[in-house]
Amino acid sequence: MKVRFWGVRGSIPAPGPHTIRYGGNTTCIEVRSDDGALLIFDAGTGIFPLAQELLKQMPVQASIYMTHTHWDHIQGLPFFTPLYIPGNSIRIHGGYDVVAGRGIEQVMEVQLQYSYFPVREAEMKAGIEYRTLRVGETVHVGDASVTPLLLNHPVVNFGYRVDCNGKSVFFTGDHEPWPNIYDPADEGYAEFQQMIDQQQAQLDQALAGLDIMIADCSYTAAEYPTRIGWGHGTLEGSIAWASRIGVKTLVCTHHEPTRSDDALEQAFAAALEHTGHASPAAGGLEILLAREGMELTL
Amino acid sequence: MSALTPELERKLDTAVERMPAFPRSVQRILELTRNINCLPKEIVAVIEKDPVMTMKIFKVINSAYYSLPTKITSIGQSVVYLGINTIKNLALGFAAAGILPRMNAAGFDIQRYLLHSLVVAGVARQLAIQFADDEADPGDCYIAGLLHDFGKVVFVQFLSAEFHDALAYAKEHSLPLHEAERKVIGVDHGVVGARLAKRWTFPAHLIDCIRDHHQPAAAPSAMLDCVRTADQLVRFREIGDSGNPWREAEAPAAAARFGNDPEDLLARLAPGSLEKIVAEAMMFAQLAGER
Repeated sequence: MKVRFWGVRGSIPAPGPHTIRYGGNTTCIEVRSDDGALLIFDAGTGIFPLAQELLKQMPVQASIYMTHTHWDHIQGLPFFTPLYIPGNSIRIHGGYDVVAGRGIEQVMEVQLQYSYFPVREAEMKAGIEYRTLRVGETVHVGDASVTPLLLNHPVVNFGYRVDCNGKSVFFTGDHEPWPNIYDPADEGYAEFQQMIDQQQAQLDQALAGLDIMIADCSYTAAEYPTRIGWGHGTLEGSIAWASRIGVKTLVCTHHEPTRSDDALEQAFAAALEHTGHASPAAGGLEILLAREGMELTL
Repeated sequence: MSALTPELERKLDTAVERMPAFPRSVQRILELTRNINCLPKEIVAVIEKDPVMTMKIFKVINSAYYSLPTKITSIGQSVVYLGINTIKNLALGFAAAGILPRMNAAGFDIQRYLLHSLVVAGVARQLAIQFADDEADPGDCYIAGLLHDFGKVVFVQFLSAEFHDALAYAKEHSLPLHEAERKVIGVDHGVVGARLAKRWTFPAHLIDCIRDHHQPAAAPSAMLDCVRTADQLVRFREIGDSGNPWREAEAPAAAARFGNDPEDLLARLAPGSLEKIVAEAMMFAQLAGER
């Protein structure tokens, strides 16, 4: 299985000289199963350069998995050129939006309203299929299987675990570890904390034996207190989580759009120091900053 | 207890979708959500005092799309699963459905009904804490108490003329309301409430409790004991109005657990607990100064 990063930026594209090393495109991750099945996680602007690459490999059969439908995860979808070409087949998966009361089939219908984009979905000539997934419902693509898990973000957000011939990778999408909505002095605090702990334990159980975790690490621990409830994780929190459940490699992604490459590396180094992280040589897990073009093989 | 008519079955499909919530909760949700930094716990505190909003949240959270490993019976748990922003936006959607008017064609005072439901909920929880430790979950008892008479809101909304007649029939013949409902409507509020709870795949013990709270022959459980006894105590004290006044002839719902004497049981509640429950409920039901 191969994992390739096409977009690693959170919230909004951040092109320019300060982000040239890690890249400015928003979230898009390509996973190739051992048999070559194409799985794409999120359709941020990073899906556009991926599309250029795929035009050399026609016809395209792609399974796209949307973690959620916030802009930075769908913005590139109408520019996924294989959608326009007859003979391609694209299957788009995602969760059920409880507020809208609709499944993932609404993603482009909402996005492609005529005032906002000149092409209608009906004019896209590839075979397009939608599949709204249930939490925990495993789907199979070639020799890979994909399982959506419910994480925590202002909208319903799926993390996806991919398994292929004994290897596994998990992408959180956007995820903030469940915060307690009560103050420690409140009557409801302990009970709510118990529910959170139970939820976290269920998630950890679903991630048993994981090789690679790709996690939302938008903030530093120092930045987090003013951003509680925004739906994003921290470098320090993700490092602790990945260490606790024993993953082999943690990839930190969803970089803050205002963070330059230098600032990102400084924040990363500080987080490694704060968490007392041991290097892989000293028995610690491998921790990487996601970078456009980075490819991992497992 | 008997079957639902096909017409009522059909109405139930869309019943709660369009059902407005209670005035105070709609007002509070609108107030709170105007502030982007509103405290999540305040939103939760509103939702869990409104039977309609609570039903709607449970409908979403227990739906097949989430096929959760355990059924959800608390608003707090729903927040953990769906996230507070989703819960907030759902609540805003519920608020947009308008408010239940206090009076209606059935002649049923919806705010005094809410007072009844809230106090039964609070007392059922208190009974569980004091007398059914380890046998019934106090949070579940609260929810079961809050929702036990939900079928009556459905009657008010969708069968108001028939419910009006049932209320009158019960009064005229000094019958328990559920018996009058069976006679006049063909089905009682427990069955209707449970039907909805079942359709939305609520947990079995909650469905059973809603359905059976007027079935003396139902399989006993600590939770059912607490809810039925709370219902009797609240009617005995004439707090709120469920359309079913206390009758001297009523047999105690769970004598083995709570004894025969409602006055004695009330005296055994933790000092001040009932007064606190009633005061908070009166405020939420917007009945301060009334009874």
